[in-house]
Amino acid sequence: MSDVAATIRSILDAHGRLSTPSQRIKDSDDLFQRGLSSHASVNVMLAIEDAFDVEFPDELLTRATFQSVESIRIALESLGVASTNVESD
Amino acid sequence: MSNLTKRGLGESDGRAITSAEEFRSRLLTLGLLVDGGAIGLYHRSATFESIVRSIEALASKAGRDQSPRQLYFSPVIGLATLLGSGYVSAFPNLIGTINSFDGDGEALRELRSRVDAGGQWVEMTSPTEVALCSASCHSLYPMLAHTTQPEGGSIFEVQASCFRHEPSLDPARMQSFRQHEFVYVGTAPGALEFRDQWLERGRALLGGLGLGIDVVPASDPFFGRGAQLLSRGQLDKELKFEIVAPISSTQPGAVASSNYHEDHFGAAFDLKDANGQVAHTACIGFGLERITLALLLKLGFDPALWPGGVRQQLDISVERPSALS
Repeated sequence: MSDVAATIRSILDAHGRLSTPSQRIKDSDDLFQRGLSSHASVNVMLAIEDAFDVEFPDELLTRATFQSVESIRIALESLGVASTNVESD
Repeated sequence: MSNLTKRGLGESDGRAITSAEEFRSRLLTLGLLVDGGAIGLYHRSATFESIVRSIEALASKAGRDQSPRQLYFSPVIGLATLLGSGYVSAFPNLIGTINSFDGDGEALRELRSRVDAGGQWVEMTSPTEVALCSASCHSLYPMLAHTTQPEGGSIFEVQASCFRHEPSLDPARMQSFRQHEFVYVGTAPGALEFRDQWLERGRALLGGLGLGIDVVPASDPFFGRGAQLLSRGQLDKELKFEIVAPISSTQPGAVASSNYHEDHFGAAFDLKDANGQVAHTACIGFGLERITLALLLKLGFDPALWPGGVRQQLDISVERPSALS
């Protein structure tokens, strides 16, 4: 797992109010189907901005951006957040 | 649009309204509304109030076949109700919490001396356990907390005076106003069916008054960072529709709005549908003051001179004194 994805997961656990722990969610799983509400997605968005010191531009402030761990990671990549792979156990 | 205002106001006094501020000024001059002592606050004349009540009766009649449980909610709600509605997070700029004084003797002397001196006294009060009602249906959900709805869901007809802190000289944007709502609590398909059905009923009801309405997808004015995310989500999922009409100028505004909340309130207040799933809710709210203003703008300031068809629907008789009170 990449360190970026791991950080996204820990933010989802803290702010996403998902119906299942993020470790049991695949990168491509639809987070909204896993219980992420619109209001919770805003808190996730704000926490991600803090954690990675970025600001999502208007065009990325859509449901599609916060649809999955993967879509969030891709959005962060487009903002210059590099993903480095770390050993996963 | 200019045709509409010209015709309406022409019947009253021949002067066309060109802006919301001018419309406000005419309403105050004619005594239809009375300045309430702060921007966006108004007292209502008997004429204005009688139109409001006629619209309420018309809306109520449109829902009679569904035998809704009717409730008139308090304009003051518990803080837990406000919080549970999600309104504090989404619209902190619009809420109204209520403060009161709870100090000791020394603080009381200080308060009185500040009041006497015309100084700052509000800061000596502290928040209470109550707030002003944010939306009529917000009082309903905590009332139903931890209950299971019957097969087919439940339908309610509710009304409350609501508060939004958005001072404006546009009379369409009152700080204190009434929402007359029909609310469904039950299954997801049931909520969507109710929403669609009531959009049509609302369209027929308001269109039948000749208001020149349109039905448009809409989003709420969420506050702060993330507002766009919420608004776009609402639009993408077609959760909110507004019935719009000119209210205080040629610019159309919402005279009614219909919302599908999905399981937002069901989850917040532990409401279950007949299948044991988290209940979904939907509502349509009629803005009684806004509809009244739209009628006055369109048809003129004297209801006794409105077209017979409209007067008949609103049960406004020609015998009613036309003098504005």
